[in-house]
Formats: sequence, C-alpha cells, structure tokens
Amino acid sequence: MEARRAQIRKRVRCESTASVPQFTNSPTMIVLVGLPARGKTYISKKLTRYLNWIGVPTKVFNVGQYRREAVRSYSNFEFFRPDNEEAMKIRKACALSALKDVSAYFTQDHGQVAVFDATNTTRERREVILSFAKEYGYKVFFVESICDDPEIIAENIKQVKLSSPDYVNCDKDEAVADFLKRIECYKVTYVPLDDDCDRNLSYIKIFNVGSRYLVNRVQDHIQSRIVYYLMNIHVTPRTIYLCRHGESDLNLLGRIGGDSGLSSRGNKFAAALGKYIRSQCIPDLKIWTSHMKRTIQTAEAVGVPYEQWKALNEIDAGVCEEMTYEEIQEHYPEEFALRDQDKYRYRYPKGESYEDLVHRLEPVIMELERQENVLVVCHQAVMRCLLAYFLDKSADELPYLKCPLHTVLKLTPVAYGCKVESVFLNVEAVNTHRDRPVNVSVDRDPMDALLTVPDHS
Amino acid sequence: RSLIGENRINIHGPCTILPRELRQNPLRKIWMPCKNGLPEKHISQRRVCMTNSPTLIVTVGLPARGKTYISKKLTRYLNWIGVPTKEFNVGQYRRECVKIYKSFEFFRPDNEEGLKIRKQCALAALNDVRQYLSVGGGQVAVFDATNTTRERRSTILRFAEQNGYKVFFVESVCEDPDVIAQNIVQVKLGSPDYIDCNTEEAIQDFMKRIKCYENSYQPLDEVLDKDLSYIKVMDVGQRYLVNLVLDHIQSRIVYYLMNIHITPRSIYLCRHGESELNIRGRIGGDSGLSSGGKEFALCLGKFIQEQNIKDLKVWTSQMKRTIQTAEALGMPYEQWKALNEIDAGVCEEMMYEEIQEHYPLEFALRDQDKYRYRYPKGESYEDLVQRLEPVIMELERQENILVICHQAVMRCLLAYFLDKSADELPYLKCPLHTVLKLTPVAYGCKVESIYLNVKAVNTHRDKPENVDISRLPEEALLTVPAHH
Repeated sequence: MEARRAQIRKRVRCESTASVPQFTNSPTMIVLVGLPARGKTYISKKLTRYLNWIGVPTKVFNVGQYRREAVRSYSNFEFFRPDNEEAMKIRKACALSALKDVSAYFTQDHGQVAVFDATNTTRERREVILSFAKEYGYKVFFVESICDDPEIIAENIKQVKLSSPDYVNCDKDEAVADFLKRIECYKVTYVPLDDDCDRNLSYIKIFNVGSRYLVNRVQDHIQSRIVYYLMNIHVTPRTIYLCRHGESDLNLLGRIGGDSGLSSRGNKFAAALGKYIRSQCIPDLKIWTSHMKRTIQTAEAVGVPYEQWKALNEIDAGVCEEMTYEEIQEHYPEEFALRDQDKYRYRYPKGESYEDLVHRLEPVIMELERQENVLVVCHQAVMRCLLAYFLDKSADELPYLKCPLHTVLKLTPVAYGCKVESVFLNVEAVNTHRDRPVNVSVDRDPMDALLTVPDHS
Repeated sequence: RSLIGENRINIHGPCTILPRELRQNPLRKIWMPCKNGLPEKHISQRRVCMTNSPTLIVTVGLPARGKTYISKKLTRYLNWIGVPTKEFNVGQYRRECVKIYKSFEFFRPDNEEGLKIRKQCALAALNDVRQYLSVGGGQVAVFDATNTTRERRSTILRFAEQNGYKVFFVESVCEDPDVIAQNIVQVKLGSPDYIDCNTEEAIQDFMKRIKCYENSYQPLDEVLDKDLSYIKVMDVGQRYLVNLVLDHIQSRIVYYLMNIHITPRSIYLCRHGESELNIRGRIGGDSGLSSGGKEFALCLGKFIQEQNIKDLKVWTSQMKRTIQTAEALGMPYEQWKALNEIDAGVCEEMMYEEIQEHYPLEFALRDQDKYRYRYPKGESYEDLVQRLEPVIMELERQENILVICHQAVMRCLLAYFLDKSADELPYLKCPLHTVLKLTPVAYGCKVESIYLNVKAVNTHRDKPENVDISRLPEEALLTVPAHH
C-alpha cells in the first residue's frame, strides 16, 4: 500500500517539473516604482498572472488597497500632499503592514514571488524595503515605469482611475482634475532609480510603455524571465480569438487524441468560422494552428495564410491515445482514478500532463503577448491552458474549464483584465467535456468512474 | 496586406472558400495543403524568424569590447535554432586586403590611405551581406566591425534601407581595464596581426590601436538615436539599454544576449549509464541501468569528485536511466522533462531490425534526412532542438554543470556548443560511458573526451550508403551496431 502510494505520488507529482527550474532558494520581492498612472498596477497584475501560470506562486500586495482599508473614505488629493503629516503616518503604516503580509506569504503560504505594488518614489521608502528584504533574506528586483507622454497618462486615468473606489462619487472631470493634482504631490519628492547611486540594485526601468528599457544587474533565472516577459508585453488594443478545431471523426466516436480529420459537421463549422472571421473585419489577423490535421483543415476554410505550431498540439495521452473513456476505465482503471484525483499534475503513461502542456505553451503565450490580432485554432486541453492564462484561472480550475466545440472565445484586454465573449457558431457538435466525478478513489466502481462521460456514438 | 486567401472561387457571389486537400509529408509528418496531388506553397511552419525582411545585426564598440565574441556566439545560437545566420568580420576583409599588418599606425584617424582601405573593406563586406541575405537564403547577417562613428552607421542604415533589411545594433561598452586586458590576452595575442610579435609589443601596439578609435567614437545616443533599434551592453552584461525592439527575432536576440556571460566554467555532458534496452539493441523506452551502467554511474561519481568542481549543478531527464545515474553521485540534481530522449513514436522500444521489418519506408526516409525526419507519432531532431532551447538558455546562465542525458539529446546540445550543422548533428558520436568536458575558450569551446573505462554497447548507427526506399533490408541494416 505504501509502495503503491509512493508510486502514485511519483506519477502525479514530481518536484522539479515546474516550468521554472527551482533555482531560486530565496523568495523574490518585485518592487514597483513610479508616479501614479504609470501602469504599475497593470504590470503587477499581469506579471503575477504570468508567474502563477508558469508555476511560480506569486501574489500582489497593493499598498493603495491597504490605504483604502485604513482610510475608509477618500476625500481628495490633499491626503497625498507631502506636508500632510497625519496622512504620511498612515501611508507609512500601510506600507509596513503590507510588508508584514509579504513576509507571511513567503514563510507561511510558500509564496515564491511577492509583487509590492506602490509608488515607492522616494529613496527613503526604497531603503525601508531593502532593509526589510535584507533582514529576511529576500531578493529584490525593482520595476520602474517612467512615462511623460500626457496622452498615455490621460488614457490610463480614463481606463482605470475613474472607476476606482476613490472616485465612486465624483463626476468625470472632477476625478480627472483631482487625480492630476495627486500626481503633482508625488512629483515633488520623486527620485527615480539612479544610474550611479543605485548601480548595485537589480532593476528594470521601462520608458514610455516599452519603447526603451534599462536593465541593471539581473541576478538569477526568475529575474531574467521577468525581464523577458516585461519586454514582450504591450498595451496596443487588440483581440485574441480562441477556438478548437471543428468536430472530428474521433470526437464523434468519443475517442481522445489521435490525428483524425473533420466530420461533416466539423467542416460546416470551419466554413462558418471563415464567414465569422471575415465578418469581424480584423486588420492584420494572424492565424495559428497546431500540426494536427483537424486544426489545419479548420484554418484552411478561413482562407487566410496560417502558421502551424507543434507546441499547439493536443495533450499527448500516451498509451490512452485514441481510446474511449470506457476503454481507459477497462484497461487502466487506476490511471483513470489518479487522473480524476489531480487532473492538472497527472501525466498519462508515456504521455503528458496539463502541467507539461503549460510548459510547452509558454513560448506560444510569449509570442501571443508580442502579437496583436490573432486567431488560435487549437484543442480542448490546449485551449484550457491558454484560457487559464488570460483569465487567471488556478491549476485546479484549469483542467475543467469549459471549451466546447464550435464556439469561439473572443478575448479583449480591458483595464486590468480580459473581457470574454463566447460566440457559438450554430453548428451542432458532440460534447467532449467530462466533469470530475464525485468518486475519485482508486477502488471505485466502474460506473462511478464513467458517470460523467459525455455521450458519443 | 489582403485578408483574402488564394482560394476564392466566387468573387461576386457569397464568399465560399473551398478548403484545400491536405496531405501529410511522409518525412516530416507535416500536413500540407495540396492541389492535384501536389503540395502548395503557403506559410506553414512556425519558424523563429517570422519577419518578412532579413535582419542586419550591426556591432558597435571600441576594439577589445567583445564584439567578435558576441557576433560568433549569436551566430552560433541563431543557426542552431534554425535561423540561417552568417557573420561578416570587417577585420578579416582588411587582413585579406593588407596582407601584412605593421602597426597601429594603420588605424590612425589621419592615415588617409588606411581610411580608404578600411572603407573599401566595409563596403566589400556589405556587398557580401547583400549576396547572403537577398540571394543566398540567409535570414540574419551579423556585421562585425567597430562602427564607432555616426557616419559609418549612416552608411549602413542607408544600405539596409535600400535593400529592405531591418537593422539592429549591438553596442558593447566597457571601461574596466581588467576586462579589456583579459580580452587582449585571450584573443588579440593570438590574432594573425600579432603573429610575429612578443606579448609586450603586441599589447602595447593594441592599446595604441584602441586609442586611435577613441577620439572619433560616437556611442549610440539616447536622444539622437532614439529611432534606432539597439541594445547597449555595458560592462559585460551588468547593465543593458534596450531601445525599440521591433519584432520576434530581435526580442529573442535581446533575451539571449542578456543571458550569456563570460565567467570561466565547465560544462560536462554525458549519457546515462548503459541500460537494459541498450544491451538488447532497442531504442527509446524507459528502462533501468544494466550492471555495466550501474558501474559507470559509480565511476562517474568518483570522476566528478576528483574533478573538484566548485558549485556543480547536476541535471537529468525524467527517464529512469538518467536519474539512476545521477543517484549514484550522491549530489542533489534537477530533473528536466525537456531533456527526455527523442520520442520514437510507433518505433519506441524496437530494434532497428524490427523497424526495417515493420516500417521499411520510414526507416529509409530517416536515413535520407535524419535531422528533419519525424517518427510517426514521435519527434524529429528538429523538434528536439526546439524543445531543448530553454535548456540551452539556462545552460548559458549557469556556471559549472553536469548534464546527464541521452544520445539524440546530447547530439543536439553538443551541436550547439561546437557549432555543428543540421546535417552533421544526427551523426555526432556520443558513446555511452564517455564524459565530454566543454570549456569555453577564446571564441569557441575546448572539448575533452573522458572514457570512464567501463565497457558498454555501441549505439551509434552510421548513415548507410543506400538510403533509397527500394533498398534491400541487408543494405538498410548494414550499419546497425551489434547487440544481443
């Protein structure tokens, strides 16, 4: 029993399978620096989402939130005046409270990266953070955002400040005027990271939303990945379309994996997809498919050049390739149960896990970040992974995200997140979604295992 | 660029696109659209370089700032990931033009004769760049010269614009006298220019040479050059300034340059110890070590100890045989799925004789193009390289490291370090029980091969003479190594 449990553990989780090799023994604090409305929170949230997706436990600590909790109602910019001693005391207390929570996150919650999202515009404040980090043995990496383009700042205020809890009872013009005065309060004491004085610190300075970067003393792998990621993201409005291939012959038979072609309904969907895409009138649309016949056949119907990515291939089900769930239950009942126990980490014998998939898809995500309008025609497990990245879904939720056939998800970045529109193209298809059954025990009844299997021929 | 593909049948009526037939290329197992049974051209495969225009990388910097080191390394990396790249070192052109180098005086800014020759050499090199990029199928050209004046860089920019090339500057700035001295010792003393000089003379002359450039050096400027795409590498990578990265390939180049370092270190590559399947002449699988393999693992442990390596990291794949090998070292190790052996798909755990029997066509196709050939439901060497790229990136970041992997994987890694072509790669000799110690030196890599004196089967199958699909089984099996 012990041996079997050990075997299960080995198959289900292997310590070092994370996308990021476990080189960082010390936790890392990413510290934002910059005037208000420079995109610090945007960067914080996006970076946190990315790091969590690739398997690095990360959390944002937004000091503004702490301030809102301490000072229940925001009156106006005067709170932020540098000569407002009362407020300065409160703001400092909030920062220290946030730092305390950072420490708890690292020690109690096994966090690996904490993103400290605040202006941190004075050398003094940064010193406090550096001493704190030094005391506890945390690495520090600063991310400074510098922008003097008034248009970008105005757009920023419009997108995320007007709807902030601080301005819930203000009209638009009042809010904008107040916020601009708030920025002025910080400008007086703002000391940017300095080439000379701060030459021993590790940091990246981002100028004007990414036209220029200054990178100093990258210490380790995770910092290098963070820099690479930050240098690839942009804020140009665009849309990402995600869908699966049209219904395939194997789909109809309830068989997983394989490399079959489209069924007649699948072909109908492909044609409908073509019509839908053309109706969207998307400028410079890029189309990506996997190397599998069914996604390529689907893309062919759109009539636009497409790129094939092997990395977009469906999850490899190893020995279970082309089986029905009933057959998997019959031939590999233990595997079937293990999968239900931990669908994210479970690896098919001679195949892959969702965790492996995420690792394989990372370059696709990186390139999606660089791109603008893209349609990705892929597969169920792959689409779940990509969707989890865009919608910040946890590893537990990811393998159960609903990605039905013949439905296009239209993702539009907005404010700090992503708007999703689901467009069903009105061509019937089998359901391929199998919910987690109630009984996941290795000695369950076959009927319990097959309870949630969707219908098929 | 139009959204409409080439398959519009009915332009005036309702838009119906007739999807093209798909055929799977038998060698690469890639689905390609075809018309009348013949493959049609279309942008199909995800290539690293998706830019339509070729890219010209231009180095900038005083002598002894590592420009050639960067040029060669970058070229090696880009070629390995599948981007046809070539470097053009203007100093080489100068050496061909002025057969004998006398002294630094050649480089004096008031030496008109010298300036004329140097300009000619630069133009000759640019001409060859044009040949390579526009006619020769090259995707990236690395123009390795000082390019320290704004005037010279303008000439290059004009040339690139005329030819439709994107330009990316890589400037290396360094004022640390120790780094410069080390650079001179490592690569200048051995240069053809100083072949008849003693060390002292050579250093003196070279320092004067650097001086000649210093007065006219105009570094890339934050304001004046704000519309150029470039990376400034400062103090051997302590600091970087990155401006206007335009596309994917430039982003990859920046990432790579930010991960390489020049700290001396050694990389040890070896395969797992001989496995049970190795003895039986079967490929792939996930078997354990044979007794010989176990003996090797112990010897490896001893060898590593004797080498007395500072802070050695050990990496394995996730296959039993590499992990068993690492276990014998008694040191912590890191498992990478990316280091797993090439997936032989339907041929997993077969002997070559069985592959010939069951899949003679596949077997022949593999011999025809071993690099691009993909096993049915498996992988190709080309796929392997893509899979290994993050491993290489992390190897660049690391210092002393031992990688315990597999035959095909080791061939790919070795090809990266030793700059082997896609044709050579699948036939590199990586025998069992032999450790390769790679030490970066000057512009390349020194290799020491250490056989740990534990017998093992040979698993290397040479390319047979007859690769035709109609060949006889005996011809196919001619080069299969002996086994049980």
